[in-house]
Amino acid sequence: MTQLIRVEDLRVVAGDPGSEVEIVKGVSFALEKGEVLALIGESGSGKTTIALALLGYARRGCRLSGGVVQVGEHDMLALDETQLQGLRGNRVSYVAQSAAAAFNPAKKLLDQVVEGPLIHGLGTRAELEAKAIGLFRDLALPNPERIGRRYPHQVSGGQLQRVMAAMALISDPLLVVLDEPTTALDVTTQIDVLRAFKRVVRERGATAVYVSHDLAVVAQMADQIVVLNGGQILERSATAPLLKAPAHEYTRSLLAAARPDTRIRPPCGVAEEAPLLTITGLTAGYGNKNLHGMPAIRVLEDIDLTVRRGQAIGVIGESGSGKSTLARVVAGLLTPALGGLTFDGQPLGGSLSERTPEQFRRIQMVFQNADTALNPMHSVATILSRPLKMYFGLKGAALQVRIGELLDLVRLPRDMADRRPNELSGGQKQRVNLARALAAKPDLILCDEVTSALDTVVGAAILELLRDLRQQLGVSYLFISHDISTVRALCDDIVVMYSGHKVHAGRRESFAEAPYHPYTDLLIHSVPELRQGWLETCGATHGELPPIGERANLPELCTFLNRCPMRIDGLCNRTAPNRRTLDNGSEILCHRDAADLLATQRGVTPTSFGAYA
Amino acid sequence: MNSHTLWLICRRLGAGVVTLLIVSMVVFAITAVLPGDAAQQSLGQFATPEQVAALRLKLGLDQPGVLRYLHWLMNLLTGDMGQSVSNAMPVGELMAGRVPNTLMLAAATALVSVPLALILGIGSAMGRGGRIDSCLSFITLAMVAVPEFLVATLAVLIFAVNLGWLSALSYATDITSPLQFLRTYALPVMTLCCVIVAQMARMTRAAVIDQLDSPYVEMARLKGVSPIRIVLRHALPNAIGPIANAIALSLSYLLGGVVIVETIFNYPGIASLMVDAVTNRDMALVQACTMLFCAAYLALVLLADLCAILSNPRLRNQ
Repeated sequence: MTQLIRVEDLRVVAGDPGSEVEIVKGVSFALEKGEVLALIGESGSGKTTIALALLGYARRGCRLSGGVVQVGEHDMLALDETQLQGLRGNRVSYVAQSAAAAFNPAKKLLDQVVEGPLIHGLGTRAELEAKAIGLFRDLALPNPERIGRRYPHQVSGGQLQRVMAAMALISDPLLVVLDEPTTALDVTTQIDVLRAFKRVVRERGATAVYVSHDLAVVAQMADQIVVLNGGQILERSATAPLLKAPAHEYTRSLLAAARPDTRIRPPCGVAEEAPLLTITGLTAGYGNKNLHGMPAIRVLEDIDLTVRRGQAIGVIGESGSGKSTLARVVAGLLTPALGGLTFDGQPLGGSLSERTPEQFRRIQMVFQNADTALNPMHSVATILSRPLKMYFGLKGAALQVRIGELLDLVRLPRDMADRRPNELSGGQKQRVNLARALAAKPDLILCDEVTSALDTVVGAAILELLRDLRQQLGVSYLFISHDISTVRALCDDIVVMYSGHKVHAGRRESFAEAPYHPYTDLLIHSVPELRQGWLETCGATHGELPPIGERANLPELCTFLNRCPMRIDGLCNRTAPNRRTLDNGSEILCHRDAADLLATQRGVTPTSFGAYA
Repeated sequence: MNSHTLWLICRRLGAGVVTLLIVSMVVFAITAVLPGDAAQQSLGQFATPEQVAALRLKLGLDQPGVLRYLHWLMNLLTGDMGQSVSNAMPVGELMAGRVPNTLMLAAATALVSVPLALILGIGSAMGRGGRIDSCLSFITLAMVAVPEFLVATLAVLIFAVNLGWLSALSYATDITSPLQFLRTYALPVMTLCCVIVAQMARMTRAAVIDQLDSPYVEMARLKGVSPIRIVLRHALPNAIGPIANAIALSLSYLLGGVVIVETIFNYPGIASLMVDAVTNRDMALVQACTMLFCAAYLALVLLADLCAILSNPRLRNQ
């Protein structure tokens, strides 16, 4: 069998001439026609650099310094820029990570899709447009005839990613390079996009290189997996044996970190009965306020929530569900339109000016991105000393002692105190970010997607740390995440949000098996599992939604109506759902009762825990 | 183009009109506070207080400021800009003689400088960090640093005095052939270009580089699009907003701020008219000139805003 793609001893260097650093150190692999090969690794492993080298392209500041990249009959490293231009978007094509950024905002989608093949002379505009519309249809895009006439900002993220796949496939390339194509998407969207990708790749017999950090996603797509770290190949094998019996220690750690909820010890019961934070009937939003003080865009609608002392509450939902807004309201960054907050028996002011310094100290926030949350010009010691001086008036030796203690607490070596944030790794920065919050000795820490920007192994270590800190210090967490397995690993109680509403709340154990709210069910079953064939067999979003008639003009109607697989015509589209308590103690906002939900959900409940087999 | 865009544009236009109204108040207030008024000025320093008072009464200067302002504004709206005291002529007539000259000089300069600046800016953005970029950066910075009177004087010295190719003075009135046009305008246009090209080129470079760093440009490159096409079809449409604003700012300078160039080349434009008016305390003329400059400036900035709105599909159709 002929090898279509052959990469041999590929080397890429970065930096100025004279002080170049090798970032890809002699990588070799090959794949045959119709195969999908996955490059997997953490950030900095060189996976994207290798993927771009397949197009003969190196980013600014990088240089392809040696080796062979053979695509069909072309040696991509031996060609000049003009010859490469003729091949890119023609014989080799690329799907970028963030479609929202990779489409030109000023041009219509269809023009961008046909631009490449038009330049390469692969057909007339009319032929290519017809072909593009065919691809849109194959990729299950809504309204394939018209979607091309829109601008990128008028189309959702998941749809854009599929339009980009169409753009890559329109020239019938020898090789498609997909660079983390679903990483920026919500799990529920990811599953649709993966299905569309997989079907099109199989139907067209395309050869593809799929770059990802997520083993579970890769397990669905790839025939072969190449595990990378630090610009080198650690392990290379077919997908099934790699998942079953990883040869390299690093692959094993990746597999273990892929499911934090099976690795981290369950949370310990340090929660007391006394409520620390109580939120009642909270409604908040953005934009100008109307006569009744209601904001133009309502993001949170009638939220009730109680955090007890020492308790960890997880808030999950997809982007736009209002989970970060909830944290902003508790932190005092956004004034609620309705409803109130109580903190430790005292009313908590809606805006910062209505809060006491003591309340400031007791509620601390840890932001998602430590890169932007830490001042790059300050040393770690300065960053940590600010809250210590402000809240406790520490100085001199006492200050240094406390900084040392804080670094011990987040398990960083004490000599890191003199470093600046840009001298630290992503995980270390997030630890400093956490130490800064802990410096105030808070009772409640708001964690907003604190592990989302980190690699899985590093993120799992941060979760471990959060868990231990809670046991040690007795702090409470309001832990916000889009990832249900992260939340399940850390929290006692879980709240599921959907477009501003609390649709499901319950103990962590109750999320282990049905019944769930239909949206929770969708969320749980959309998380890719580490076994081949999951994508084909999983129940989530399969099949047609039950038809419903026109919806009543009631703002209180169920917000999940348009996507709900269990909706009932005449009921869900006519009357507002009410809160009901299920036998396992969880509370849902739905018309369906426990028996209904169980009947549909039981049959398809997968073995979410320990599903490596 | 839809109702939303129209509404957006109307709002900008409305804001422009309001700004102009505020400017008119400020201009009137400032000229009113200046020492000495039209009566004093036209009668000279030997006039008796009675004579001045009589003339004030005749000119309506004894009325309260608000009334005088409203009166002036009404006249302005009907096109009557008042009487120039020092020239004993209607302000409108005086300006009508100068405005075409200024417009002609500005248009000639814009025609040369804008394309030149765009080419220089885009060229150095494309060859960023390379030799061409460094050279262009050095030259444009040097041009910004040299004051215009020096450029103008040197240009006269070289081209008019030493080489004798062009005339040192520019009279806009006696032009009959294209060659004569060239001889008249070459030196002032060249001097003004030196001043404004550098700024526009640097802003263009920054705006284009900003776009060239974006992921969609990398994507276009990976689709096999050529570098020229990437800049013209992908980067430039997204950079129109900032570039248009840079051009508007530079061109507004041409309409009111070219006093030095007009003086050196003895060119009868509007800027020197205003300077004369200020020295003669010819308030009606000062007010009219200031209003004209402000209106031109606002119009240019408004135009740049409209370009930015129309080039951005997110603002254009929502």
